[in-house]
Amino acid sequence: MITMEKHVQHDFLPKKVESWGSRVGLVLAMAGNAVGFGNFLRFPVQAVQNGGGAFIIPYLVCLVILGFPLLLIEWSAGRYGGQFGHHSTPFILRRMDNRAIWMYIGVFGIFSNVAIASYYCYMESWTMSYVYHSLAGTFHGMTQNRVAEFFNDYLDLNISTTGIPFEALLFFILCLALNTWILSRGLSGGVEKASKIGVPLLIVFGIFLAVKGISMKAGQQGAVNDGITGLNFLWTPHFDSLTNPKVWLAAAGQIFFTLSVGMGSIQCYASYLKKNEDIATNAFSAGFMNEFVEVILGGSIIIPIAIGYFGVDKVVELTGLGGLGLGFRTMPFLFENWGPVMAALAGVAFFGLLFFAGITSSLAMGTPVVSFLRDEFGWKRKSAALGFGILIFILGMPTVLFFKQGVFDEYDYWSGTVSLFVFAMFESILFAWFFGLDKGWEEITRGSDIRVPVFFKYVLKYVTPVLLIVVFVASLIRPANDNWSLLSLKGWPLHNESIIAQLRHQGIGPNKDYFSKYYYAEFDGTITDILKKDGGTYLRLESGVKSLDYRVGGKQHLLVKKGDQVTAGTPLVEGRIINRVFFIDMARILLLSVFIGIAVLVFFAWRRNKVKYNQSI
Amino acid sequence: MNTSALIMMLTVWLLVFGFTAYFFIRVLVGDHREKKNGLKENTNNH
Repeated sequence: MITMEKHVQHDFLPKKVESWGSRVGLVLAMAGNAVGFGNFLRFPVQAVQNGGGAFIIPYLVCLVILGFPLLLIEWSAGRYGGQFGHHSTPFILRRMDNRAIWMYIGVFGIFSNVAIASYYCYMESWTMSYVYHSLAGTFHGMTQNRVAEFFNDYLDLNISTTGIPFEALLFFILCLALNTWILSRGLSGGVEKASKIGVPLLIVFGIFLAVKGISMKAGQQGAVNDGITGLNFLWTPHFDSLTNPKVWLAAAGQIFFTLSVGMGSIQCYASYLKKNEDIATNAFSAGFMNEFVEVILGGSIIIPIAIGYFGVDKVVELTGLGGLGLGFRTMPFLFENWGPVMAALAGVAFFGLLFFAGITSSLAMGTPVVSFLRDEFGWKRKSAALGFGILIFILGMPTVLFFKQGVFDEYDYWSGTVSLFVFAMFESILFAWFFGLDKGWEEITRGSDIRVPVFFKYVLKYVTPVLLIVVFVASLIRPANDNWSLLSLKGWPLHNESIIAQLRHQGIGPNKDYFSKYYYAEFDGTITDILKKDGGTYLRLESGVKSLDYRVGGKQHLLVKKGDQVTAGTPLVEGRIINRVFFIDMARILLLSVFIGIAVLVFFAWRRNKVKYNQSI
Repeated sequence: MNTSALIMMLTVWLLVFGFTAYFFIRVLVGDHREKKNGLKENTNNH
């Protein structure tokens, strides 16, 4: 075996290697990478839906046996690969085991960043826009329905909420330009500086909103409940939920997503560390900072404020629509109860904190791509950053143009969920079983200021890989209604969100052909509105908090009128219809092509630099 | 707020906040030391 010293002296290492300016800057950048929209929008919803205070028990268990081990694996793998001049996962993984398969598994570490950034930057641009609208007082005097409708209108490029044409697209481009500019400034001059500003600011905004939310009093400013009622609801432990596998899977999923593991961005950031720099303390520090933002701040904003105004039952119903619904369709309306000045301040704080949470994460997604182009193809930093910006613009456009056709959700499911699990599962197996745990443990502990408990060594070898395999298999075969007692040798009905059901388009509803003559109602409900705006006709089907807007095209005509009660499968519109399933499959083909494209680039990069790589092995 | 919710919340908050503060202070101290003395040479402390 060749020692590390021999590698680091090799000629093929870049002459000028970038590095972090300080440990604090690195930890803030890593924490910024981990802290994202999910901390404020996903965590509280998951907690409400999975046993309240009891959810935190499997959540913390998963943090210890899944979250921290993966952080240690990714930090140490990154620093290890960085010694060879690699900052992207295909080559970091190949350095850990010289079989070509690992290099192609490493493609997930670039693919995820590219695909996730494509829709994540779009979400980030919504927060930018909502900061502007909060300051401009756009939501002043709006009803809750109007605020919810505003969000739908904002996402529809045919409608302008401000008079600015293609507003959502404009903010998306602005957001991408900002990301590209920061990335072009480099690691310590761009990413680190942005994190040093963004992370403390989001914490300050979060504390402001949490204090305001918790201190709400029933009967004041339109509130029907104290802020404490929300905390009481969120934290009351329902211990019976601990025996439900669904709760454990939800906790594992939340830990996984919140720490931003399985993406390749942590490895990239860590690859800029020096050989003897402490990774254990830094990894735990960044991990706990993320937990502080998620558990303490994330749990004290949306739920207490929403319950303060709507009561528990309505909020439980609203959480069924996910965190995005609560964040963008509801919060601006609730802030308006606090008076115009406080509403503007709260809006800026809430969407500002989401923006900082978003941008510190999207920069982490851009860094591995920029590094890949620089390391393997010799691109200059500015060109690589621009290349990333253009790529994300092209890949992000389908999510902007066809948001309502499900393209955004499709990107999120395959790149933001499945791809991460697959990559993390393989990297944990590689680390423990191929790279070798003794070597891996030496990497983790070398240079550490703290003594990493030996307990983690066994967790890394047996528990984490097995747990990831179990979670992945469970995601493949998840039964309907999360009723695991349905499992039998004769087969069982699958949950619509299981991977196999998704591949089969299960639950797509009556509009299951690419092209058809009729557009059918997707659920039972009432036609609550047929309105004309910005030159188009819009049909709205509603049932409780569920709603569906359909834009009636030029060569289509309506078959229903306002007030009609319809059942799922009732024809609503006649004409030449292109159904959602078409856009979903096109999005899948696009994502698959991106993956294959990156794999081809990796192959050529390997061939291009093969001689130099072989010399250094 | 009911007692079980209060106990649950305060215990978790205390744990999370305590560990966050502890590790961040360790990072700050390490940062300060490295800026003063450079990266430590003796790396094997186990």
